[in-house]
Amino acid sequence: MTWLVPLPVVIPLLGAALTLVMARRPAAQRTVSLTALTATLAVASMLLWLTVADGPQVVAVGGWPPPLGIVLIADKLAALMLVVSTAVTLCVLVYSIGQGAADGDEETPLSVYHPTYLALTAGVTNAFLSGDLFNLYVGFEVLLVASYVLLTLGSTENRIRAGTTYVVVSLLSSVIFLSALGLVYAATGTLNMAQLAGRFDALPDNLRLLLQGMLLLAFGIKAAVFPLGAWLPDSYPTAPAPVTAVFAGLLTKVGVYAVIRTETLLFPDGRIGDVLLVVSLLTMVVGILGAVAQSDLKRLLSFTLISHIGYMLFGVALATEAGLSGAIFYIAHHITIQTTLFLAAGLVERRGGSTALDRLGGLGRLAPVLAILFFIPALNLAGIPPFSGFLGKLGLLQAGVDASGPLAWAVVAGGVVTSLLTLYAIGRVWNLAFWRTPHPDMPVADSAGNRSGVGTPDTEGSAVLLPRMMLAPTVALVAFGIALTVVAGPLFELTAEAAGDLIERTPYIEAVFPGGAP
Amino acid sequence: MTPNLVYVVVVGVLVGAGVSLLLERTLTRIIIGVVLIGNGVNVLILMGGAFGTPPIVGGGPDEDMSDPLPQAMILTAIVITLGITAFLLAMAYRSWQLLGHDEVQDDDEDTRIIGLAERDEGPHAKESGDDDLPAPVYTCEPQERR
Repeated sequence: MTWLVPLPVVIPLLGAALTLVMARRPAAQRTVSLTALTATLAVASMLLWLTVADGPQVVAVGGWPPPLGIVLIADKLAALMLVVSTAVTLCVLVYSIGQGAADGDEETPLSVYHPTYLALTAGVTNAFLSGDLFNLYVGFEVLLVASYVLLTLGSTENRIRAGTTYVVVSLLSSVIFLSALGLVYAATGTLNMAQLAGRFDALPDNLRLLLQGMLLLAFGIKAAVFPLGAWLPDSYPTAPAPVTAVFAGLLTKVGVYAVIRTETLLFPDGRIGDVLLVVSLLTMVVGILGAVAQSDLKRLLSFTLISHIGYMLFGVALATEAGLSGAIFYIAHHITIQTTLFLAAGLVERRGGSTALDRLGGLGRLAPVLAILFFIPALNLAGIPPFSGFLGKLGLLQAGVDASGPLAWAVVAGGVVTSLLTLYAIGRVWNLAFWRTPHPDMPVADSAGNRSGVGTPDTEGSAVLLPRMMLAPTVALVAFGIALTVVAGPLFELTAEAAGDLIERTPYIEAVFPGGAP
Repeated sequence: MTPNLVYVVVVGVLVGAGVSLLLERTLTRIIIGVVLIGNGVNVLILMGGAFGTPPIVGGGPDEDMSDPLPQAMILTAIVITLGITAFLLAMAYRSWQLLGHDEVQDDDEDTRIIGLAERDEGPHAKESGDDDLPAPVYTCEPQERR
């Protein structure tokens, strides 16, 4: 069944090519994108089942045996990430199609949207599946280039400004990654990760530390870790709502995934664990303080996104099985929840005409469904029991207490404070946007849900305020978030197994080289 | 043949010049910087493999062959740099179309929040009120619509 492994990369790429050819037929584009992503989700689920049943699935691309050729490998971590990320991308696709239909851009659709979106998915899946550092770089580039296009869709003034910052910072991280690859190859003569795992052990300590530092720097920029994450809240909020949602859910997590993969497989000695602990503490605290200071919903959510990257990094820094397991669980949880919140923010923007908190109000009474759709993931993010956010944080904090160094204790305390501040920030949004009296500028809906009365100039017309096709995927993601809570027990077992495999290293290496690495 | 000092100096100069251009505010200079750094890193990768005769089987003894893998990687990197340069140029042109220049602007929202904080009117300021922004009302009581 290893022929399944390349499909999550191949299907979206084929879909991208097809939708590009069909640029003039929006209906066909939509069908192809939906089919491609549904098929990818099905394949990803089968891969997860296979990896749990049979262990890592490896395919040598083009039939070239490793280390000559590139390998794609799906182990439990990669397969789990694949399932969660594809499910989220599919929901966001439906949401964006709903938004397009509701805004009436049937006549002038952005024909590049679907191909780029599918290329982004292919980049993400390629990064997850890659068993080769250079292929990981290619995956990163594919998803980044697609994200440049998506972020500057329509190329308005604001998006060009935000896009410039984003593109230049991403380029810098890519260049650092690329030079790290050059040095890794020069030092070891290979880029196959399974082979590197053995060869790194033979390198002098200082050289290894340099390579580790460069890789971490590159991934840290992508994952928006403090102090490398300042680009994120400047660029994400200007993009269209579905684009921001999928970026927030996936792109930073691919960075965190790369950190987990390289730290466990290539640098298992944990020499810079303390540095990572400090960085994770600062990421959490500085990020959430930034969120508290914001007066715009999307920017606030972008800051909570940065802040919660700190939790995942905390698990990686501990480098224990419990820590990694908690981090993997937290990634799955956070991909879902952060995307849901950004989708809800997009709905708030439609309903309220703005995401500036001082211009919103009374949404709780005006749009009760929307209020619920925001409230549940918001509590989930803040870590209120019994949601998965609480369980994930609990797992991580327990792992931190078990590690029991003074630094680990400090991060545990920071984690608790961050959780409380998240609740505060989210509570402020709730008070301002949903609970207080409606703002006089707010658009009013008639009984059919259509816009009537005053409205913002750019969304004027007969646009439906809350179209069903945008609500449905948001509901689905909220339900998915709750489902993560319901299946938290088995999911934690799975992440613990995945973390065990990561720490042991041999399952991964033996899957690529059954007779031992050359 | 082994890598010599010339290559190292070339990498240093290219990346150094690229970094100083990257620190500029005009997008066109940033683009040139990106291209320079990209080329510098490509030379760096080239130094990672063995130097020698063209890597074609039958062209000579195997030990004298150069390492083809860094060259393949550089090809990939060149293609990526090309695409990104094209995209950046389009962005610079669009920025010039919209604004008449291609300087990277500060983030308005950032500036606004810093301004609010300096004037102590941010979301957590004490009751101020004489601003055009309505002060947050933490209540769920029904109120008259203005």
